[in-house]
Amino acid sequence: MTYLQSLRNALHEAFAKDPRVHLIGEDVLDPYGGAFKVTAGLQAKYPDRVLTTPISEAALVGMSTGMALRGLLPVVEIMFGDFLLLGADQIVNHATKFASMYNGKVRVPSVIRTPMGAGRGYGPTHSQSLEKMFLGVPNLTVVSPTHAHDPGALLLRAILEDPGVVLFIEHKLLYPLPLVEAGESVSIEQVDEPNGYPTTLLKNYHAGAPDVTVIAYGGMSRICVPVMEQLAEDEVRILAVFPASLKPLPVATLRKAAEETGRVVIVEEGTEGFNWGSEAAAALYESLWRRLEVPIKRVASRESILPAAKHMEEQVMVRADTVQAAILEVMQ
Amino acid sequence: MRACNEMTEAPSSWTTGSEKLARTLFSQMATIRRVEERLLQLFSEGLLNGTVHTCIGQEACAVGVVNALAKSQDIIVSNHRGHGHFLAYCDDVEGLIGELMGRSTGVCGGRGGSQHLHKNNFYSNGILGGTVPVATGMAFAEKQKHTGSIVTIFVGDGAMAEGVIYESLNIAALWELPILFVVEHNGYAQSTPTHLEHAGRLEARAEPFAIPIRVLEASDPCSVYHAACEVVGGVRRECRPSLLFLKTYRLGPHSKGDETRHPSEVEEHRQRDPLALLREKLDPAWREGVEAQITERVERAIAAAQQAPWAEL
Repeated sequence: MTYLQSLRNALHEAFAKDPRVHLIGEDVLDPYGGAFKVTAGLQAKYPDRVLTTPISEAALVGMSTGMALRGLLPVVEIMFGDFLLLGADQIVNHATKFASMYNGKVRVPSVIRTPMGAGRGYGPTHSQSLEKMFLGVPNLTVVSPTHAHDPGALLLRAILEDPGVVLFIEHKLLYPLPLVEAGESVSIEQVDEPNGYPTTLLKNYHAGAPDVTVIAYGGMSRICVPVMEQLAEDEVRILAVFPASLKPLPVATLRKAAEETGRVVIVEEGTEGFNWGSEAAAALYESLWRRLEVPIKRVASRESILPAAKHMEEQVMVRADTVQAAILEVMQ
Repeated sequence: MRACNEMTEAPSSWTTGSEKLARTLFSQMATIRRVEERLLQLFSEGLLNGTVHTCIGQEACAVGVVNALAKSQDIIVSNHRGHGHFLAYCDDVEGLIGELMGRSTGVCGGRGGSQHLHKNNFYSNGILGGTVPVATGMAFAEKQKHTGSIVTIFVGDGAMAEGVIYESLNIAALWELPILFVVEHNGYAQSTPTHLEHAGRLEARAEPFAIPIRVLEASDPCSVYHAACEVVGGVRRECRPSLLFLKTYRLGPHSKGDETRHPSEVEEHRQRDPLALLREKLDPAWREGVEAQITERVERAIAAAQQAPWAEL
């Protein structure tokens, strides 16, 4: 089962379970099935409930809000996460405002799905990880599964059970990957969180206490899991923490995992500074002050555009060697 | 795509030019006018927080359009200048005044204030143009649910420079959605006159989308009502969008003390105030009685709000 298949199955399951579920997005008609094929087969099966739209991201997000206010369960697909900014006003000033400013008399259960991430040479405007720009929006839940989660289960929850607005971030490079299964090299544990989006804990050791806590989300599992397997050979014991809920931050789980080692690396693909890692680090400093062995190390992409040329794109992105170096640095 | 169901409820069955219609619309307009004049006073007395945008002079648009709708099922999406739409829809003077005074009796518990009102099927928000795709999505939902309800979205001429409106017009036409776009053209985008805001013909903006347009001077609420009834009927019957373009004039400032127009211009329009023109046509004894009732009701609502507990977060 790949990351993409898991998401696709979840969409089919949501449509089968609840007739209120609708999906709107660009190029989602079969046989095309969406730019990344997550919606493949859906429109053929549910032609009245899957609608391909003009290239109008602001209108799509706005329409999903209207649909949700009037009793539907909308899912919007934004083809590339980079285009999400066209709908930013609709997220900030409309979708996430209504329930609270109308004093709880309405709900806006809606899901905005979009793929983020670099590594495919799409260049400066089709490769970014812009979720950091939405982390400060009140009343917005931001979810991003790794391939060590059950991404479909998270999506299903977002569509059918979450009463609010969920920004659901997928990662382009995770789509074809098989989901991580517990095996000889890593063990997996799911930790339930209050908002229903579990955190995954991975260990590359079977006995003893961990040396380093690595905190990451979304597409960074693609890098962190191989690094853990690699470093297991050097007997570096890593406890990896992958929250699915970027916002709200599962602080209790992060604190517990960080406390086990006192040595923390936070990894994300978005650009460095003013990002998810900043907030996670601040939360850990507040609760673990004087109990950390070394300062928290943050790894992120360079503050740069993402060049189209492969060799330069790699220089900007987070790579396995940068994550490995950060882990070894906090162990010093 | 599936067609809309026939509506389940007939619209108000007033006869053309009837005295009853004129009296009803006058009462509503006079209520809106009185409430907003008092809101401006309350603001100057420091009893209101934030800001208010009044529709003084434009009330004929609100009452003419809203009364043409089936209030129990149709949906209204309004903007920053929405008190008139709200009161024409639900007549909740007490909830509106309580809301603006930050009281627990406010229709949104004091959270929304003037620009963010919600009651039953009425929704307003303060981002110009941003409400239009939301309303379009509502129309899609109603069509999918076969309710026969239509959505009416009010925008001003200033908002018509916002791009998302054109995305929405396109989709509304493309998907044949039951939505009525109402443009209240008062000639100013805040302080900027139309000729500095819009190129070309503003009233023709929906034309390339093949959305039917009805242009009307909104000086007589009864005329607005009859035109709106026809347009609303078309939207509902044929399940497709329509646009009603109402030419009006705002006699009050944009919000409060920010008047930049020449006094002579405003004065000239005051001579054609729709409320005053209608008032002249009505029986003096009747209208004076109604006006006294309205004044008393509004004063009672203000007093009640002042007595009510502060809203809590």
